Amino acid sequence: MITLNVNGQEQHVDVEPTTPLLYVLRDDLGLNGARFGCGLGQCGACTVVVDGKPILSCITPVAVLQDRRVTTLEGLGTADNTGPLQRAFIEEQAAQCGFCIPGMIMRAHALLQRNASPSEQTIRAHMRPNLCRCGTHMRIMAAVRRAAGRMRAAGTGTAGPAQREARR
Amino acid sequence: MRLTRVLGVLAAVLLIGIAAFAAWAWHPALPPTEASTKPAFDAALIARGAQLSLLGNCNSCHTKPGGAPYAGGRRMVTQFGVIHATNITPDPETGIGRWSEAAFLRSMHQGIGRDGAHLYPAFPYDHFTRVATDDVRAIYAFLMTRPPVRAEAPPNALPFPLNIRLLIAGWKLLFFHAGEFKPDPARSAELNRGAYLVDGLAHCGACHTPRNALGAEQPSRYLEGGESENWHAPALNGASPAPTPWTSQQLFTYLRRGFVDPHGVAAGPMQSVVDNLGEVPEQDVKAITEYIESILGAATGDRLTTVDELISRQRGSTPVARGGEATTTGSADGTSGADGAQIYAGACALCHEPTGQRFSAHGIHPALSKLITMPDPRNLIHVIMDGIEPPAGAPAAFMPGFANALTDLQIASLAKHLRATFSDQPEWRELESQIRKIRAARNG
Repeated sequence: MITLNVNGQEQHVDVEPTTPLLYVLRDDLGLNGARFGCGLGQCGACTVVVDGKPILSCITPVAVLQDRRVTTLEGLGTADNTGPLQRAFIEEQAAQCGFCIPGMIMRAHALLQRNASPSEQTIRAHMRPNLCRCGTHMRIMAAVRRAAGRMRAAGTGTAGPAQREARR
Repeated sequence: MRLTRVLGVLAAVLLIGIAAFAAWAWHPALPPTEASTKPAFDAALIARGAQLSLLGNCNSCHTKPGGAPYAGGRRMVTQFGVIHATNITPDPETGIGRWSEAAFLRSMHQGIGRDGAHLYPAFPYDHFTRVATDDVRAIYAFLMTRPPVRAEAPPNALPFPLNIRLLIAGWKLLFFHAGEFKPDPARSAELNRGAYLVDGLAHCGACHTPRNALGAEQPSRYLEGGESENWHAPALNGASPAPTPWTSQQLFTYLRRGFVDPHGVAAGPMQSVVDNLGEVPEQDVKAITEYIESILGAATGDRLTTVDELISRQRGSTPVARGGEATTTGSADGTSGADGAQIYAGACALCHEPTGQRFSAHGIHPALSKLITMPDPRNLIHVIMDGIEPPAGAPAAFMPGFANALTDLQIASLAKHLRATFSDQPEWRELESQIRKIRAARNG
């Protein structure tokens, strides 16, 4: 039995310790935000946040995640109650096919949590590992900027209601 | 008084010595050139200079990350302090725009700047002194026809007394042997060409030969393995850590393309070297290959081991079988909740040991990786943390980094497991402290 902390909740899953986190999120916990893209850690569609840093969940075995905090797209808000970063991606219409977007949002979340005023260059360098095959990069960039601006104005993070709840 | 006389003689000898040293160490500034007297260069000379500059890897140190080519500013942390590469574009104020050809030649052959100051040997003039004058002229022509970039290198941060450049004259007296390369008539023309490039312009020994406490290469340990930017530069002689011997064709392909099966990919500071060698005349890479091969020597004993033998030596049949149960190697303490075998099976084996999956990234098998057989764990730590990132805009090998996914303790467990499973070498010492240091450096 493996114990994981996902979006502030403790979860017990009965899987091999070598199982990739992505499979556990999708198959065992029903958290379908993170996507299976390449399965080789090359595209970023499976990006989630662990202890504040973006990681590739398709190549991260759950064995290494005991006592660490996993945040997924679901931790930033719901369809009815979106977090600021999710809202910014919707407002900028950053998704075309949308497959890469959960990973994009999570990687951006990790950046904005520690730097609410990133420069254009910082955003580009930070987002570089995540690929988008539709080519909506300019809108993704705009969404990250918009979310950063909103966070600065409100003096809050990009975490949605669920995660803020969990922190209390 | 006898004593005073003796002291007087000693003082006189000392003063004469100091005066002689000062006379020897002092070099005049060479007159700056004026913009109006800028010579016109022959296009063929510039083209040759471009290729020679690539062989010399000039762009690698003289370009800062994201900066204009050859405009300098790159920060280099040495065992003595921090120094910054200079701007070698022809900007008259901040670059070498006012350097005459004679001044450039003197810097390459004697390590003296246009103003007469001794240059720090981080600029590898101990190698460049071997470069033929004609080749230096071609490099000068190439550099002087680059777009001038106004960029002042940040000041060096060297502690007293290392910030006194006159001391470098003393260093030169001890360790620097000026003089162009002399071909060995007993060797073939190609082997001489290879030796000329390796020891001169390509300055391979600057990284691959170990240095003494004063930062000079140790000639008795020629190409025996050194270091560069906190990476280990593996031995190129008989002490090579390559699990299978290099063939001539493999070495050529590696230098030319940056990747070859079964040896893997050029990483760390070697990445820019192979980038450059992909652009130079093929016969020069062949000459370098032939010379390095002569240094490596014929494969003997263990080094004759074939790829198949190496792979079949590992315990267990599949990575899942090896990772499914906790092993005695690389097991971490209870708090990390993961042992090295599990991390390997879950994070690495998918690409590095594909067992019938429908997809694979074709990473080399760990039993073939010199990162695991090296005497020094730093390269493996770098690659686990940062993966392999292709140079911007270039198609090249890729590996994702695990710095965020794995804790220091987990990286240590993984490294121990790899070392124990895929090599017959003893455990690395100071593994944990090296991991902490590399983590701190990449965060800082």
